[in-house]
Amino acid sequence: MGKLLELVIAASLVNNFVFTRYLGLCIFFGVSKKMDTAVGMSVTFISVMVISSSLSWVAYHFVMAPYHLEFLKILVFIVIIAAFVQAADTMMRKVAPALYYKLGIYLALITTNCIILAVPLINADSGYSFIDSIVFGFGSGLGFALALVIMASIREKLEVADVPKPFRGLPIAFVLTGLIALAFIGFSGLITL
Amino acid sequence: MMHAASFNPIDAIKFTVIFLGGMGALFGLGLAYAAQKFSVKVDPKVTQVRNALPGANCGACGFAGCQGYAEAVVARLEVAPNLCAPGKASVAQQVAAITGKVAEAKEPEFARIMCQGGCSKSQKRYKYEGVRDCRAAVLAGGGDKACRYGCLGYGTCAAVCPFGAITMTEDDLPYVDITKCTGCRKCEAACPMKVIEVLPASKEVLVACHSKDKGVDTRKNCEVGCIACGMCQKVCPFEAVSVANNLARVDVNKCKVCGLCTTKCPTGAIKDYIPVRSKAFVMDNCIGCNICQKVCPVDAASGVLKQKHQIDQAKCIGCGICTAKCPVQAIDGTFNAPAVFEAAKAKKVKTAAA
Repeated sequence: MGKLLELVIAASLVNNFVFTRYLGLCIFFGVSKKMDTAVGMSVTFISVMVISSSLSWVAYHFVMAPYHLEFLKILVFIVIIAAFVQAADTMMRKVAPALYYKLGIYLALITTNCIILAVPLINADSGYSFIDSIVFGFGSGLGFALALVIMASIREKLEVADVPKPFRGLPIAFVLTGLIALAFIGFSGLITL
Repeated sequence: MMHAASFNPIDAIKFTVIFLGGMGALFGLGLAYAAQKFSVKVDPKVTQVRNALPGANCGACGFAGCQGYAEAVVARLEVAPNLCAPGKASVAQQVAAITGKVAEAKEPEFARIMCQGGCSKSQKRYKYEGVRDCRAAVLAGGGDKACRYGCLGYGTCAAVCPFGAITMTEDDLPYVDITKCTGCRKCEAACPMKVIEVLPASKEVLVACHSKDKGVDTRKNCEVGCIACGMCQKVCPFEAVSVANNLARVDVNKCKVCGLCTTKCPTGAIKDYIPVRSKAFVMDNCIGCNICQKVCPVDAASGVLKQKHQIDQAKCIGCGICTAKCPVQAIDGTFNAPAVFEAAKAKKVKTAAA
């Protein structure tokens, strides 16, 4: 149990995907303008991350590893995630239309996102067990959600701030990200796995 | 299970092909099955309506974006097809045609700024040096304006306008470009002073002041505030203006846009949105009935009974009252002449048909 908690903290804070690995920046900058879109994206991200890491673990350990097909993992993981997201999209539309209209647009956006792909790849390389993989996926999703929410809350305030003209919009967002990344360095050494 | 001890390229290729092919087939079939099992019928009308709408997602219709309105207007009978404010009449007609509903013509509405006290004409209580946003400024003791009802001038309305219709003038007052304004009410909702009202386009005479202070105080704070002197109430021929709570207000249902109150208002708080009022002149079909002489509020019309009348161009203020009252539509030149003539023509056609 202690190890799983460590895994969550390591994935979300110490090795935060956005602030220490610099992955998923397109979505990070794209949807962090408003708090409600950031929260919607976070929820979708966490759920897709958990499910896709479990699916790809099954495929990796029961099919790819026994038949020495590890070299196909990037291709296979992309296909698995894309198919799963597409299926979830179709089913959600029928079963939970309200949820679909809230989160559907984010689902389509994250089909081939780099973080979503990175999680199964890291799981495979680190040799995590099934439970470990799910927890790692959850922790990574949590870290991304944290990054999005931090960024969105700052950018909402930034809307009314007197930013010099050349820095308005994306440039100041990058500056901000750099500053937050510096702050996240403070977490390094908190846990060493 | 096969555990190849050494790397065998033939096996690797074989397994790759089988694995990828199998996975592709599995996912393909699965998705095809899911698409069929969970198919949601989308009414093609929804897409048509969605394409007809402007796509600004401004929310003026009261639904969550254009998609929400398109679905509601197709699915529910009671949702009217003319709710899209930015689309105006043409979109309302298209939506009505697609959904088989009747589009009632809806008069366009524009945002009107109910304050003329820019920084040159009004006093300030203190120097505000915070974030340049009215919503922020209002947190600092209700804003820096001495008048607690006026426009703060930090341009929140201009920032939220999705159509770029509002610009800030040099006097720190918003200017609404009516060629761009769609009446979506975003600015009305964003303004913390509630100084913006969205009103029918034809109602072009309005008391552009919200000050409920006593006349003396209003005068101290602002050069163009309503001091509730009651002059407008007295001169209005249609009883459309009334003074209550130290503030005059034009009843847009009664107002005939004659602009008489504008000319009499001592502080200029009543704003006439018609830029230039052209003056009235009498045409040759005048029957000399003397009605114009009776209704003219400024004694500009004169003439002998049964002879062609004249209108004194120096006195005429272009209020259009005579144009509306003339029994034979012999007076032209005022702002309302085309509308009056159109209505008279329609009436004639109707009587002829009956």
